[in-house]
Amino acid sequence: MYDQIITARLYKTMLLIRQIELRIAEIYYTDAIKSPVHLSVGQESIAVGVCDALEKDDIVSNTYRCHATYIAKGGNLFEMMAELYGKATGCAGGKAGSMHLVDIKNGVMGASAVVGTTIPVATGYALAMQNEAKITGKQRVVVALCGDGGTEEGCFYESINFAALRKLPIIFICENNRLAIHTPLEKRWATDQLCERIATFGIKTHKIDDADVFTIRDTMVNALADIRKGSGPIFIECATYRWLEHVGPLDDHKDDYRNTKEYQTWKDNDQILRLGKMLDEKTRIQLEDEVALTLQQIEKFAEESPYPAAEELYTHVYAS
Amino acid sequence: MFTQVEKTPAQTEQMSETRLIRYVDALREAFEEEMARDPKVFLFGLDVDDHKGIQGSTIGLQEKFGKDRVFCTPLSEDAMTGVAIGAAIAGYRPIHVHIRMDFMLLCMNQLVNMAAKSHYMYNGQVKVPLVVRTMIGRSWGQGGQHSQALHSMFMHVPGLKVVAPANAHDAKGCMISAIRDNNPVIFIEHRLLYSTEGYVPTKSYEVPLGKARILTEGTDITIVAVSHMVMEALRAKKHLESVGINAEVIDPITLWPLDMETIMQSVKKTGKLLMVDNAWLTCGASSEILTRAMEMCQEEDISIPSLARMGFAPTTCPTTKPLENLFYPDARSIAVKAYQMTQGKKAKTWEPPVSANTEIDAFKGPF
Ligand SMILES: Cc1ncc(C[n+]2csc(CCOP(=O)(O)OP(=O)(O)O)c2C)c(N)n1
Repeated sequence: MYDQIITARLYKTMLLIRQIELRIAEIYYTDAIKSPVHLSVGQESIAVGVCDALEKDDIVSNTYRCHATYIAKGGNLFEMMAELYGKATGCAGGKAGSMHLVDIKNGVMGASAVVGTTIPVATGYALAMQNEAKITGKQRVVVALCGDGGTEEGCFYESINFAALRKLPIIFICENNRLAIHTPLEKRWATDQLCERIATFGIKTHKIDDADVFTIRDTMVNALADIRKGSGPIFIECATYRWLEHVGPLDDHKDDYRNTKEYQTWKDNDQILRLGKMLDEKTRIQLEDEVALTLQQIEKFAEESPYPAAEELYTHVYAS
Repeated sequence: MFTQVEKTPAQTEQMSETRLIRYVDALREAFEEEMARDPKVFLFGLDVDDHKGIQGSTIGLQEKFGKDRVFCTPLSEDAMTGVAIGAAIAGYRPIHVHIRMDFMLLCMNQLVNMAAKSHYMYNGQVKVPLVVRTMIGRSWGQGGQHSQALHSMFMHVPGLKVVAPANAHDAKGCMISAIRDNNPVIFIEHRLLYSTEGYVPTKSYEVPLGKARILTEGTDITIVAVSHMVMEALRAKKHLESVGINAEVIDPITLWPLDMETIMQSVKKTGKLLMVDNAWLTCGASSEILTRAMEMCQEEDISIPSLARMGFAPTTCPTTKPLENLFYPDARSIAVKAYQMTQGKKAKTWEPPVSANTEIDAFKGPF
């Protein structure tokens, strides 16, 4: 059983992600956020289970659906919100928007809007971490997340092959929500055996069907221990469900590509509700208050921050 | 809706009846008619059969033509491009769809090394009658990776044709020509053009590839504009009219092969050429058009016209609106540039009024 401290921490981070994203959805109509938002509502337990097991100097890389891992990895929340508002104080000075969140200090590699593209880049980061460890004696680890659609790109397999070959310190994670925009898995894969496919590259795989945040965290803890000893890459497939539309603030379960029964099953399995019930009421309410306060603060910061000055258009085209 | 109400000259020539329809619907009609006409035509790509149907351009096609002829694919652009090329070589006429031009960077190997070269390299034994549809994004924080306009990369490669129609009429006519063409055609659409309306004949018609269109005649300056910038250039023309300057606006429509004759005829008349690309300038369509104009003047031994060009700022497109606004030329900046070219350096400064609400302001995400 998990102690209350870990449970509270996981609960709080999942709740933070949920509330920030629901708030983004709520205010989206005001046009304050002029950025395509791909929300992770419903998928929070993966980001949190994964990142809670990491050290601060470990690295995560993700897709355009990157708010959850950014938050879970400890990315700066003020800078995140300001980035969504296109403000100069944003994590990328307003140049990135929602799809390209980055916070190198806190181990968040820049996210990419082109499916699959970050997977080899994360692999390259892991190659560097492997070399670095020979000098520092400390093996940092890279986590590369992608969606089920991401596994269809050639570079996914090419990266896994290379990582396996070189025993790189990387964990590949597929957040399998069975949808690529509106296209279900059945129209994209002949079989569902993703882990089996990956295993043939000679790496360990784990399949987690229920999005249980503790199971995800345990799997990560064990995987990290092995990788830090040089075991080479590990692949984890986490089943999950996207509650909202692919991009944008709305629930689109009225559209016929959706299955409301499946939605209900996943809602019943909501990890935030579950962990909330595991906490004593006083703790839970205190955490909720803390989350609510953070939300107010980051929104205010984003609103009050200035837009970037015109000169910023030409900064960082080249590195000095 | 933002309407390009004036009928283009070719349309008035065509005696057939027209109606006002959206760019995106004009495209859908082209697919529907060509697929009905030729059983070898098929259309595939990510999301082509979902309920949004590529902004509506593929809605209803699967119901009408079946899953063998209209189907979605896995996210495997590189391989799917090869698949399209293979089917084309085998005698089919695939239309491969991408929802952003940026994703075509995943297809470059197949397009450049196979599609462009097969007919030549195999000495004519094979043909690659392939259409690759792709969309330039803009606004609402599309940002660095969803707003690129890479037509010049394709113009660079012999064997590829590149078209970028800017109104509903040309979208349909060019699509029909592209489908019937025996070469790989890169067909470039623009997210902000989809909802614009234009007059489109009820009967099927081709807009020939390789032929530019003079959209409005004028005597003082030639403005050549590409894709969405055509709309901005037409608005710039209105601004210029208010100060007595008469601009001739030309849409090349096909970027390769390029119809320099039409452009040069105009330039000889006006003596001034302003090229407004919907892309970066360096090594771009603008470089090509201005260079060709100079070369042609030299060949004919006539004086070189006054030349200028405008396009995207030489940076990655930022998402935040205040910076994004600086990234693109617009009707006012085009008008000012044309004003300076016609009035000379000493002319007093002129600021055109702020434009009315356009399709750019109207566009809202989430995507
Ligand atoms: C290379 C590439 N192809 C297509 C797209 C368009 N696109 C954006 S998201 C998406 C679906 C991706 O699904 P998945 O990888 O499962 O991630 P999810 O959105 O479910 O998190 C597609 C096709 C893209 N961004 N990049």
